[in-house]
This record gives sequence, structure tokens and C-alpha cells, in this order.
Amino acid sequence: MSRHEHLERSIPSTSADPKAEVTLTVNGVSVTREVSTRMLLSDFIRHGLRLTGTHVGCEHGVCGACTVMIDGRAARSCLTFAVQADGADIRTIESEAEEDGTLSALQQAFQECHGLQCGYCTPGMIMNIRAHFDSGEELDLSDEGIRELISGNLCRCTGYANIVKAVRRAAELAGKA
Amino acid sequence: MSTRKFGAPIKRNIDPKLLTGNGAFTDDINLPGVLHAAFVRSPFARARINGIDTSLAEQADGVVAVYTCDNIGHLDIELPLLIPHPSMTAARTQRPLARGDVYYVGQTVAMVVAVDRYVAEDAANLVDVDYHPLDVELDLEKAIEDGTPLVHPTHPNNIAADFTQVCGNPEAAFAEAEHVTRIRVQVDRSTAAAMECRTVAARYDSVRGELTVWDGTQAPLGVRGGLASIFGLDEDKVRVIAPDVGGGFGQKVMFPYPDELLVPHAAIQLGRPVKYIEDRRENFIGSNQERTQIHEIELFAKKNGEVIALRDSFLHDTGAFIPYGIAVAQVASTSIAGPYQIPNIHVRFRAVYTPTVPVTPYRGCGRPQACFAIERAMDQLAEELGIDRFEIRRRNLIRDEQFPYTREGLLFADGLRVKLDSGQYTKALEMAREAIGWDNFAASQEAARKEGKAIGLGLAYYVEGTGLGPYEGGHIKIHPITGKVYVNTGLTSQGQGHDTVFAQIVSDQLGVAVEDVIVVEGDTGTFEWGVATFASRAAVVSGNAIHKTAIKVREQTIKAAANMLEADPADIELEDGHAVVAGTDRKVSLAAIATATNPLRYAFNSAAQAATQFAPASRHDGPPLIDGQHPGLEATDYFSPECATWAYGVHAAIVEIDRDTCDVEVKKYICIHDCGNMINPVIVDGQVMGGFAQGIGGALYERIEYDTEGNPTNANFVDFLIPYATEVPAIEISHLETPSPLNPLGVKGVGEAGCIAVGATLASGIEDALRPFGGKKFHQTPITPSMIFGAISNG
Repeated sequence: MSRHEHLERSIPSTSADPKAEVTLTVNGVSVTREVSTRMLLSDFIRHGLRLTGTHVGCEHGVCGACTVMIDGRAARSCLTFAVQADGADIRTIESEAEEDGTLSALQQAFQECHGLQCGYCTPGMIMNIRAHFDSGEELDLSDEGIRELISGNLCRCTGYANIVKAVRRAAELAGKA
Repeated sequence: MSTRKFGAPIKRNIDPKLLTGNGAFTDDINLPGVLHAAFVRSPFARARINGIDTSLAEQADGVVAVYTCDNIGHLDIELPLLIPHPSMTAARTQRPLARGDVYYVGQTVAMVVAVDRYVAEDAANLVDVDYHPLDVELDLEKAIEDGTPLVHPTHPNNIAADFTQVCGNPEAAFAEAEHVTRIRVQVDRSTAAAMECRTVAARYDSVRGELTVWDGTQAPLGVRGGLASIFGLDEDKVRVIAPDVGGGFGQKVMFPYPDELLVPHAAIQLGRPVKYIEDRRENFIGSNQERTQIHEIELFAKKNGEVIALRDSFLHDTGAFIPYGIAVAQVASTSIAGPYQIPNIHVRFRAVYTPTVPVTPYRGCGRPQACFAIERAMDQLAEELGIDRFEIRRRNLIRDEQFPYTREGLLFADGLRVKLDSGQYTKALEMAREAIGWDNFAASQEAARKEGKAIGLGLAYYVEGTGLGPYEGGHIKIHPITGKVYVNTGLTSQGQGHDTVFAQIVSDQLGVAVEDVIVVEGDTGTFEWGVATFASRAAVVSGNAIHKTAIKVREQTIKAAANMLEADPADIELEDGHAVVAGTDRKVSLAAIATATNPLRYAFNSAAQAATQFAPASRHDGPPLIDGQHPGLEATDYFSPECATWAYGVHAAIVEIDRDTCDVEVKKYICIHDCGNMINPVIVDGQVMGGFAQGIGGALYERIEYDTEGNPTNANFVDFLIPYATEVPAIEISHLETPSPLNPLGVKGVGEAGCIAVGATLASGIEDALRPFGGKKFHQTPITPSMIFGAISNG
């Protein structure tokens, strides 16, 4: 290491990007933050709020790993800017279990049916399913219906069969079957 | 007695953490003050770099440093050739940042470090590189012709390796053949596409001189070795942690990728944590891929269908560099005879440089290509000889009494002889025949054809060499405070459920609940001997190492408990976290035993009082720790397999082709599978089903496309088609459990099983379905609708 490299560099703390203030509800808590106007909602949730359960798999809106609920509907947080979520009600995977850590019926079903392996796609998968469960729509619990329901989420580990089982089991546990 | 956990469908310990979003993947780890790296990548498949101007990037707001080959000092080297082999001369590996030339679109040319990822990526666009493009040839067969543009001027005809292996006396056998069948088959390039891209984060502690690297790798010990040697650091000063990793499938066993060196370098230089989180496009153009091989295979047979010799010559696309050596091609060449006796084999391959992303193993690692070649050839032989497809295989399978079956002259990827160790190959075939309904199929096919429907039955047999050495280790310690059992091994998990299957093994020996066995792996600071997760080896090699270690800890525990309970060791049973004198209510907890075997000075809790110097049980007539004894209940042991252990299976499918849309509908898919004793059948099925889905991708959808100038044209999830739930058919799995004689647990690997035979099975089925509608052969995967359309419309 040469001598000048020992000198502490001057490193700015943030970028010079323009900022805007957003106020939104996340998992029932109201938060107000200043964000870069081009920050993705996925990055805001993960790094701004440190809710790192929401994952990013492609950042071009195909894989569904970043799925969260925005105003009750499943949405890809990588295709949404944080500023677009101003005033929105957001739910992430961190809201799924009980306060004391008890797994929801959906989470229990995933464990029971071995519906996850690496767990990277799982939070997005669960938030998508949660949105459908909570929407009041009539669920089609045939194999085909469930496959259609999760067809916005890629999983590279499980081959999906156990996720299909888990959705059906969760519907049973939640009295929706 | 507690119920045996080995073989039970136990729920996974790791799931609650992952299900609640509490996993810790690399980019989830909070590193205050972290800076972000982004790369400038070559837009040309082959070019000379005339100059690089970084000045605009350096001046951009928020940019901290810009690196090129000129300011990375000792890192400006050709990266290691990980697996040297005599068939390669002057094997080419890439440099962390290009110097002089670039060899594929996506190769790293410069790295920008900035305050956030947005700024870093912007600034990467400001780096001005002056390229002089050079001619390229993307076609694998043309690449070896004279006069073709060279990827590396050092390698005429783009040949990276040329290697022949011979088993038996093929020349003599060729002359004795009564029938010869020949085909040319091709399997195209795919990619692992784990849901989490590659990741690396690094922090340097200048006070202690310690480098910590979080790396989404399958080989943390390998990465540590690479970093220590390239940075000239003591291994103790480098800690590599593979945290939760979102799938690997082989792509993450390769190291070091440029970022794995440059990110730690920047962290050391800048005195700040630095991280690089690859995006999906970069994963497509910058992280290694696999599959393209073109085989010309010949089977030399008797009229009765007995194959007496096999000759195969194949081209293997190794991409622009060959850092992992010939591993993929070698696995393909040594798996080429599949489950068949075929005593005489001549197999040659040439590994060919192409100006594309380098090729290293992706789940399957040469096995799907070998399976596709031999199984398509076997179907053709059956057709030519007028023998049914099940029958011709039955006549050639290795019979039960022939195990172990050695292929002298073929060395597997571990450098050891191919020895198929055990199996019930004929029984598996019979099970497949029954499960798919072969005996009644002809009639239903005929009926369907009368209605104009194109229905076919496909079949393929595969073998999978698994559980390669050299070795893995296990360390087990019973914690004196909680009585929980801590287990470490050197390799790491990307979703396979190691924490549960290893816990099951330990639970059986120590009589503790599976959830009280805490498995910590993938951290070189915890256990530093071992290799990596690849080649379906974790359950076999680490599993047996942990099993051996657990037996040692069991012996220690029983001996100490017998002493404490004043009983005969033969009467001690371990159950429910206690040592019990059989048939009595006298017992002592594992925590208490672990405490009592650790002589203490300080009574930091009530249990510890029993181990202090004036406690009733303490010795007063000599050293508290007898010479040669160690404190507590703890052991380490290793397992080094004699050679790979071979799993196998049969796939069969009934498919229907829509002749208007050329869509393939899988109406039934069955899999007979044998990976020896199963530790956890639910996890085994999960592995098979996951591999199967990747097999479906490779068979019907996934192909990495390059244009003639070497530009990737589908480097995203919109155009590169990974199956969703709607594309993966149901699969019915049945198991045989033929123990491996090569390890104490009798287990074989399962990681790659599911993906190997899918392409061959569906090609076989599609060909059968379309036989009366054109009669074309299907000798290439993926089989796309346009290929089917071509087959029908020309027919």
C-alpha cells in the first residue's frame, strides 16, 4: 500500500439526487421519510426501512420476488417508485406472522408442505397469495387454479408442486377450502 | 426409545426464519457506511481496448473510486485455473478487469465504487472505453475449422482441450458388431438462474488486519483460499461467510469471479465496507453458464440388441475461458454409457473456446448431455432393430449381481475410477414400465391417432455420479448451558435443508430433538476444513462426517453419564436430551453432563456449581482434566469417500402435441428414483421436483441466445423462459432405496437427479407422438414450438 492511500478519503454520505418527502403506512405503522425521487419502492422498503424480507430477483417486473401488497393488492415493488407509494398502505412479509412470532396459516402450510427451499422467492410468493386470500374472491383450489394464482412468481428450487399443496393446505387451515 | 429420525419426513428447522422474512441474505446484512460497486462491461464479444478514460466517472457526484486494470496492483493477474488437467495446455482464465483485450460481452472492464448503487451504475456509464472490435465465430462446429477467428491467438482452432478415454477394447468390439447406429445430438446453453443473483460484501478491520467477506457462494472455504493467496494474507485473517443464499445450482461454486476479489480490494483500499449485488442482466452476461455440447455417438450392437461398444466424440463449448478445467466435459464423457454394461467405450471430447460467457458447472454438469446422447441413440437402435424401447434397455442394463461395476480406463471428475457401486436397475425399469402403463399404451396411442391426436410415450434412463471427495468434516459440541447440540461443517447450503438432514443424523446418535441441533455451516470462522457444495455431495460427504463425529460424541456422553449415574455404560440410553439408566428413572441431562465434563473454577450458574473445584464430584487426587482428556462433550471427524457413489433413475412420460399450436402437453410424467437410503424423503422429493422443473426448462424453453456477433439477445427473464408453475407438469415419484456400500449411512446424492433425463424423455415422447405425422427425429433441446412446426410441416 503506498503512502497516500493511508490518508482518509473524503467520502460524501449521500448522492446528490433530488429528494422528496413521502408518507405512507407500512405494516400498520405510519412513516415519513425523505427519499431520492428515483428510488424504487423495493429499495426503499429493504434499505430505507430495513424490512429486508422483501427480495429482488430481477428488478424488471418478471420474477415476483419483490411482491408486496399496495392498498390490498399484490404489486411488484421493483416496478414502483417510492414516491408513487406516497399515501399508500403497504404490507410486507414482516406483517404475516403474529406479533409473538406464531406463523400464519399460510406460513405454516408452506413449512408443512415443504413449499420452500432457498426461501428467496417465498416472501413474494406469500404476499401474492395473501392478497388473493384477503380479497374476498372465490378461490379456485384445483391444481390448475392454484398454478394460475401463483403464475406471477418464479421459483427455481421447488418445481412448484409443494407450493401448490401449501396453498391448498393454507386455504384449508384458514377455512377457505 | 426415541423414534429414529433418519428416514423421517421432518419439517425443516430453517423454515420459520425464511417464512417470516428474517433470513439474512448478503444484501440484507446491515453494514453501516457501506459503499456500492458497479461494473463497466464489454459490449463486444471480442475487441481490443485502445484506451479507457475514467475522468468523467471520477468527477461524478457521489463517486468514490474507479478501478481499471491499471490501478488494482497485485490483482491484475490471470485468475487461477481451479482444476488443472493434462489435457489442457496453457488454459486461459480471465483477469479481474480486462487488460488489452475483451473476450465476451459482459466481461468486466472497470469497477466504480460510489455512495449508492444508483450513482455507481450511472457513473459506470460515464467510463469511456475505446474498443476496436474483432471478428468472431459463434458456431461451435465452425469454431474448430481452420481459418476461423480465434478467441485466443494462443489456441489454434479454438481448441482448449482434446481428451480421449477408453474402456475395454473398443477397436476389437467395433469389428464384431452386427449393427451400428449413429446419431448427432445437441443440447443448448442454459443458465442456473438462481432467484438470488450473485452477491459479495466485504469489510476490512485495519486494527486487527482482518478481512471479512459475505459471499453468496457455494464454496466459502475455496473463496477464502483464493483471497488469502491472491491478497497474500494469512488464512486466519480472512473470514468468508456464505450467509443465506438464494439458490446456487453450480453457478456459485465457481470462484473467484472478478467481484469476489475487487470488492474486498476496494474495502481494504477505501476503509469502508463495500458491496456488489449483481443484477439479473449481469447474471446473464457475467456469471458462468453451461450445457452446449454436440455429440456424435455410435452404438455397436448385436442383432439381439446387446450393445458391445460405444464410440462418442463431442464438442464442448467452454465459453471464453476455462477456469474450472474440463470438469463438465469429463462428467459427460464418463457418464456416457449410462446404466448399461457396454464394456467397450471410446469417448473423445474437444473443449472449444467461444467468445461467450465462460462455462462451468450448472446443475447436471454434463450429465443431461450424456443422458440425451446415449438415450436418444438407444431409442434409435431399438427402432432400427425392431425391439421395444423398454426391452432393449433391459437387455443392456447392469444386472444386480454385477455391482460394483467398474469402467476401467474412465476417470471421473474426482480423478478416481468410475465404479457404479449399487443399484436395482432392472427393477427400476420394470417399475417405470408399470407406472407409465407401457403394456397398454400402444392400444391407446392407436385409438388416439385415429382421432387425429398426436400422443407419444417417452422414456430415458440416467445415472448420476454423486458424493465426490476429497472429504468433508464435522464438528459437534454439546453446549453446557442449554444442552443444545452445535454442529459445524465446511460446506454450505443454498436451500437444500442441510440444517435439518444433518440434525436428523445427529439426533439419532445423541437422543436430542431435531430442533435442538443447531447446524452452522458456510462460515470459515466456524469450521475451516472442507471443500464445497457441488456434485450432489453434501449429504454423502458431510452427512457421513457428521455421523462419524456424532458417534464419537455419543461414546463420550455415555461414558461420562455412566460415571455420573454410577451405572454400566452398556445400560445408558440417550433420549429426550438425557442419559438414562435403562429401565430406571435415573437420568441426567446432556447439559449437566457437558457441564460436569468441563472442570470449572467459577460457578457462573447453578449447573456450573457441580463442576467447580470444591463440588462433591470433583477430583482432589490429581489434575481435574486427566492427561489426554479434553473438556466437555465435543469431537471432530472427517469422511473421505473411496470414490463417487452412483444414484440412478428412470423417467417416462406421456405427451400430447397440439398440431396447431405445436404446444407440448405432458399428460403424465413418472420418475423412478434411487439415491440409496433417504435421510428425509420430503427433502429428497423436493430436490427431485426442483431438478425436474429445471429439466423441463432445458427440454422445452430455456436457451441462451447469441446473435452472430456474440451479443446475448435474451439476457432477461422476459425473453429467457424459465418455467412458471403453469409450465411445470405434475410428476409422480417412486423410490427404491439401494444402500451405497461406500459410506456408513448408505446414502447417495440427489441434487442433480431430477434434471438429467427430462430432455431425453420428452424428446423420446415427442418423437413417438409425431411419428405418423412427419416422422422427424428430435435430437436437440430445447424442443421449441418452431422445431415441432418444422417437423410437422416438412413431413
